[in-house]
Amino acid sequence: MQASTHTRGLPRIYGLMAEFDSTAQLVAAAERCRAAGFQYVNAYTPFPVEGLAEVLGFRRSNVPLLTLIGGILGGAGGYFMQYWMAAMDYPLNVGGRPLNSWPMFIPVTFEMTVLGAAIFAVLGMLALNKLPMPHHPVFNAPRFALASNDRFFLCIEARDPKFDRVATEKFLESLNAHDVNEVEN
Amino acid sequence: MDCSKHNKREGHPAAGQPLDLHAARERLRHTTGKTYWRSLEELSLDPQFTELLHREFPRQASEWPEADAVGRRDFLKLMAASLALGGLSAGCARKPSETIVPYVRTPEGMTLGKALYFATAMPLGASAIGLLVESHEGRPTKIEGNPDHPGSLGATDVFAQAAVLELYDPDRSQVLTHLGDIRAWSSFLAEARVVVEALKSTKGARFRVLTGSVISPTLGDQLQSLLAQFPDARWHQWEPAGSDGAREGARLAFGRYVNTIYRVDKADVIVSLDADFLASGPGGIRYAREFARRRRPDVPGGMNRLYVAEPTPSVTGASADHRLAVRASEVSELAEWIHSQLTSGRLSDTGKNSGSEEKNRWASAVAHDLQKYRGKSLVIAGEHQPAAVHAMAHAINQSLANVGATVLYTEPVEAGPTNQLESLRELTNDMKAGNVELLLILGGNPVYDAPADFQFAELLKNVRTRIHLALFEDETSQLCHWHIPEAHFLESWSDTRAYDGTASVIQPLIAPLYHGKTAHEVLGAFSDQPSRTSYEIVREYWKSRAGGSDFEKPWRKSLHDGVIAGTAFAPLHVAAKVASSSRAIGSAAQARSGGAPWEVVFRPDPAIYDGRFANNGWLQETPKPVTKLTWDNAAIVSPASAQKMGLQQRVAATGGEHGQTLSEVIELDVNGSKVTAAAWILPGQAEATVTLHLGYGRWRPGRVGIQKGFNAYAVRASSGLWSASGAALRKTGARYPLACTQAHYNMESGRNLIRGTTLAEFHKDPKFGDEDAPPKSLSLYKEYQYAGYAWGMAIDLNACIGCNSCVVACQSENNIPVVGKEQVMRGREMHWIRIDRYFEGDIDTPATYFQPVPCMQCENAPCEEVCPVGATVHSAEGLNDMVYNRCIGTRYCSNNCPYKVRRFNFLRFADWETPSLKLLRNPEVTVRSRGVMEKCTYCVQRINAGRMEAEKQNREIRDGEIVTACQASCPTEAIIFGNANDPHSRVAKLKAQPRNYALLADLNTRPRTTYLAAVRNPNPELETPEKR
Amino acid sequence: MSAGLPADQSVGTRRGTPVLEPGYTYGSVTEKISAIVLTRPTTRGWWLGFGVSFLMVMMLFYTISYLIAVGVGIWGINIPVGWGFAIVNFVWWIGIGHAGTLISAILLLLNQKWRTSINRFAEAMTLFAVACAGLFPLLHAGRPWYAYWMFPYPSTMGIWPQFRSPLVWDVFAVSTYFTVSLMFWFVGLIPDFATLRDRATSRARQKTYGMLAMGWRGSARHWHRYQSAYLLLAGLATPLVVSVHTVVSLDFAVAIVPGWHTTIFPPYFVAGAIYSGFAMVLTLAIPLRAIYKLEDFITMRHLENMAKVMLATGLIVGYGYIVEFFMAWYGGNTYEIFLSLNRLAGPYRLFYWALIACNIIAPQFLWFRRVRTSVLALFVMSIIVNIGMWLERFVIVVVSLHRDFMPSAWGMYSPRIWDWTMFAGTIGLFLALLFLFLRFLPVISITEMRELVAGTQSSDKK
Repeated sequence: MQASTHTRGLPRIYGLMAEFDSTAQLVAAAERCRAAGFQYVNAYTPFPVEGLAEVLGFRRSNVPLLTLIGGILGGAGGYFMQYWMAAMDYPLNVGGRPLNSWPMFIPVTFEMTVLGAAIFAVLGMLALNKLPMPHHPVFNAPRFALASNDRFFLCIEARDPKFDRVATEKFLESLNAHDVNEVEN
Repeated sequence: MDCSKHNKREGHPAAGQPLDLHAARERLRHTTGKTYWRSLEELSLDPQFTELLHREFPRQASEWPEADAVGRRDFLKLMAASLALGGLSAGCARKPSETIVPYVRTPEGMTLGKALYFATAMPLGASAIGLLVESHEGRPTKIEGNPDHPGSLGATDVFAQAAVLELYDPDRSQVLTHLGDIRAWSSFLAEARVVVEALKSTKGARFRVLTGSVISPTLGDQLQSLLAQFPDARWHQWEPAGSDGAREGARLAFGRYVNTIYRVDKADVIVSLDADFLASGPGGIRYAREFARRRRPDVPGGMNRLYVAEPTPSVTGASADHRLAVRASEVSELAEWIHSQLTSGRLSDTGKNSGSEEKNRWASAVAHDLQKYRGKSLVIAGEHQPAAVHAMAHAINQSLANVGATVLYTEPVEAGPTNQLESLRELTNDMKAGNVELLLILGGNPVYDAPADFQFAELLKNVRTRIHLALFEDETSQLCHWHIPEAHFLESWSDTRAYDGTASVIQPLIAPLYHGKTAHEVLGAFSDQPSRTSYEIVREYWKSRAGGSDFEKPWRKSLHDGVIAGTAFAPLHVAAKVASSSRAIGSAAQARSGGAPWEVVFRPDPAIYDGRFANNGWLQETPKPVTKLTWDNAAIVSPASAQKMGLQQRVAATGGEHGQTLSEVIELDVNGSKVTAAAWILPGQAEATVTLHLGYGRWRPGRVGIQKGFNAYAVRASSGLWSASGAALRKTGARYPLACTQAHYNMESGRNLIRGTTLAEFHKDPKFGDEDAPPKSLSLYKEYQYAGYAWGMAIDLNACIGCNSCVVACQSENNIPVVGKEQVMRGREMHWIRIDRYFEGDIDTPATYFQPVPCMQCENAPCEEVCPVGATVHSAEGLNDMVYNRCIGTRYCSNNCPYKVRRFNFLRFADWETPSLKLLRNPEVTVRSRGVMEKCTYCVQRINAGRMEAEKQNREIRDGEIVTACQASCPTEAIIFGNANDPHSRVAKLKAQPRNYALLADLNTRPRTTYLAAVRNPNPELETPEKR
Repeated sequence: MSAGLPADQSVGTRRGTPVLEPGYTYGSVTEKISAIVLTRPTTRGWWLGFGVSFLMVMMLFYTISYLIAVGVGIWGINIPVGWGFAIVNFVWWIGIGHAGTLISAILLLLNQKWRTSINRFAEAMTLFAVACAGLFPLLHAGRPWYAYWMFPYPSTMGIWPQFRSPLVWDVFAVSTYFTVSLMFWFVGLIPDFATLRDRATSRARQKTYGMLAMGWRGSARHWHRYQSAYLLLAGLATPLVVSVHTVVSLDFAVAIVPGWHTTIFPPYFVAGAIYSGFAMVLTLAIPLRAIYKLEDFITMRHLENMAKVMLATGLIVGYGYIVEFFMAWYGGNTYEIFLSLNRLAGPYRLFYWALIACNIIAPQFLWFRRVRTSVLALFVMSIIVNIGMWLERFVIVVVSLHRDFMPSAWGMYSPRIWDWTMFAGTIGLFLALLFLFLRFLPVISITEMRELVAGTQSSDKK
């Protein structure tokens, strides 16, 4: 990274984008890149391709953990809210029922659990994905619009230490990519 | 908060256009001579003002107009004008200098926000009841009975309760008019002078005065002196609901008019011959209390027994142990049989050959029972029965040695007792003959309520000068030259007598709202001292009677107490001439024989009496005791007769059993005169008898009473004032919607809502009532402990006679709105306490039960649990509180209330505009807005008032110190309220009784309101096996 | 979304008709579905349909204004029947709102491929139905402008909602349900927004869809997190669906009114909800596939499966009716017994028998394959079931209330014009929203169709 910045000043390009026709080719290509030791490799597909992320060295997402936290917060908060309001802050004799009529508090507690978990799951996912992000260099890649249609793209980023404008292009073409383009930054 | 309120506010005096004072001045300048003007409006002839005078009112405001803002706005303008009139003219009116004395409970002077109580009395028909009127900052708001008054003993009837609404009725006539033009009182006085001068020469010939029954000693005295002044003048009396029978019966029996007083509490056996003595007629309230006192199964001296023979179900009949449905005309022979049985020990021949098996059995059983209780029995003849029956009743009581024990005779209460029918007949004859030049009608409404065959309205036109004094500009005023607005009894000085002759001074609670005049003042106008105020007149009368040196002290005392000490009549010793009695019966039987199939019975309406209360929304909306009809009267027929005629009535899909019933319209032809009426099928009605209640079908009652029901007077002839044979009924095929709040008679099997048994059964198993209350251990939650006060109520079903006075009392105390017929038909009436009525047993001769149902104030209130916003919660004293300003109106609480005692403001029912009605409101109780749930609060405002008193004096609240409105008004002490935690309190003692049970106890709602089961005391001789 | 499971080769060749007619490529499904939104011209038919439903919305607004100005008294409600059409419609709409999330969530977890082409608009339907349902509890209040008092917020009165009241549970359940359904729907839409963004020609559309897509670029890592989030949402939504109608049923079951106070209510309400929900999906899917030529995506197999679900849930509902009667007889409670008889023979008996005919008798025809495979029959059937379920709610709400414990307080309820305009108005609102949805969003999830293609195609074309 340091080296590249010294030699070329600010990186002119984001990386090289290879386009493939099928998921099979894409996955194969991805494996080859990893084997070749590239680290900053990413794939762009119109629908989730099984195992692709793993191949690219993406281990696990933290979304489930966040969801769990959200659920616990929601549930605990929900019950405490009711307890505090009904039994502590403004205790009232309602139809001779006890102040803490816990069986009657279960429904709201449950709903709050689900709400908390769901909100954390969605917002967590977006946050970890750094979305929303209206612009990203890969959109500069020609034909990249097809990434949301029927084409599959593989991108080796310029910041990769092994990245070399010419060699890497060769390498990518060797993966019988549909064609390879430069992605401007 | 309530957006619709504001835009309806326009037309308020603020918004009304300013007075044209310039025009006023101009007019004054150009008028020559003396001109009387009452108010700037009058002078400037403000269009609103004149409009008001011509009474071009829009539709009734007290009924909800379904989204017709325009109508309402016009109405508001008028009300605004009338407010300005009232306010301004009151401003420049002379202040009354009379002093009135507050009741003992109030401190010297008036503390703002603290109610004062004044003693006065309400005359109605032939007797009066004493009242204590609650006054807030000088405006009477609530009527209570006067415990010191023999005719009230602290209780009231519906009419007294509703009197405040009548006082503030915006439709009351507000100006003195001559041929429709406004005149000043003084110009009337001037006119009167002229007339009097003219009369002097003729000794008053062709001068007639028409009054109702006069029970005011002062007025009687004035009338006498008037007759002395004009020897040839005549005084006539006509009380449409009066009782000539009683008067003439006394004449028959004793050869003179007497007043009959009963000692119901001394009687073990009571026989009512078509007498509704518990709910109507002189002394009714007292009799109800005395009756109820002897109704408790554990009462010393034993429970009394009541036999009632009557043509149409009344509350008295409903409380009877044995009720016999007989045609009105057969009552006389029934009386005769009983008499002959008592005297000769066997049935008379007439009885044998004409009477049905059932009647004979009944009569002989009654006779035996009476025989058994000589001196401790009582036979009461109905007000609406002919003289003969009264005479016979006198004879029977005499032969049973009841006179002096359970029956007393005194001088008549009326100032000038007379046969009023004949009196009116005489007047009409004179009018026909053109012998009447000046007719002075003091109160009453003869054009509407005189017998149809008199054609009073027609003949009235023969009278040259007609003067009418009345509260409303009614049917009669319409046909009179002079109309004088009458002062309401709450505005006037007068006096009156109770059923036993006890005199009371009527003292005003407020200066006349519309410069009304009393009969005293109008009559005074024709005397030598025309300008005396009624205060002076009344005071001078009593002064002259007192004689004693110091008058002021006893006078103040009598004002303060509400009764004039020692004015009750002493018993008379008179002997009944039995012979004449039976002879009369004979002729009565003659008259009856050969009648057409149908017999018509007329009765004063239980809600609006003879029609004088037709414009009173509270009374109109009160479900009538037995029929549960509101806003209408109906032609009542028995189920069997209805079947014969093929009459049906069905519950409508809107409102259903709790609202609207579609009944068939029938045409009645009573000896030529016809009227069409909605039929109503009522179990317990006598065969081939149709009952018509008087008072409806008025054409000038005011906004509320207009176009309600049908006019029974149209077919009421002098020949058959109270019952007429020879009527014909015809189905018209039309249907008419009746607003009936409980069309469902049946209690449904398995629902022990009302528990009853016989005295014998009760002695076997006293705890029969209390069942199926689940043990407290069943509840998962540990229950709340109510230390301190635990408010509770016990309602004795044995005592309740269903008279409705609690319903109206509650309405008055708690600012409960009137919703109008249309809304009642949708099942939206607002009464906080309702009286359920169930029939039991055979449909032709059912047993009737009444059950007052207020909020049960459940400890485990189902309503509270489901309220999402905590708008109904429990107080520390166990009250089920309703927090109006927190309520968002989900109605979930009402759905979850098994007793359905909650009431919802589906629309803005409360009248927020009418100025005079604002004066009516009880300042202690919130006026509910639209969309809010409401219900009985156990009169929480009274509880708090009581608590404040107690805390000020640093003591516990005494038992009986806090009295709910319903309890206070109850003639029979059926409702007892108090602290259930205090074992010595009355309510706790009652709840400890074996008869005590909770409604729907199996739901474990733990109601604070409980009931004492009904116990009836049937005669084994008549006892027919009946399932209970 | 095949939920991280290996593409199922057998999907297209399961017994019976396939869930996607063969011969489609990624490109063609993308093309076909996005065309409905992007290139297809707005037809006269659309304008007509939208116009009519829009007028009904106007009627709804008029009714609401009048309601707020005058009060709930304009309806037929009274004492004892304090709840009328408002609550009947509320429960009905909520019920309809159940199929969407159920199809998406539960079928997703069960890896039912056939859900793919119907889940998108089923979810949309859910949202719109819940929106309609939500109107009623607010507006049926006597003072609707204070309805927010049911939410826990620090008020000047210092008082809080009363959490023992099922109405408060409703507030939480329905608002949670709406929120979660909305998120579920939107998350599912994100990749399709991206597609539309990339295919849109007009600048405005590119911008709008671009915003909605939030810069989605289909990165493998994003897909990975996206999938786990979507799966988790499905897992959360499933119990939620069940809980929501359980809570709605508790509105009744918690009360002591005979006919409400029953433990069978929660399961039988949920079943009923799914029942009516699927009926409504059918009612919408059948014309939809005809108009937009989507027979290849929404195949007979879909319709048949939904028919089967209806049959099953219908039977559960029927079981519920039977149990109610049995318990009334077995429990020997006077009021329950009376209620049962009153349903059968009381003044509202016609409603009850109509309900039996619609909900119990009619669905029995679904036993026959010929009925299940006849589009017309299914359409008619779905309408019948929708009516039947509405009647069921009417019977539960009104017939139970109108004759409860005290005969003296018995009454009857009959709707007035404003009850009807309110009901019709919400139907208009529902349709109007649906028309807008059809016009501006892909009715079928393009992404998931691509997955189906991936699954169905033995080999990728060169």
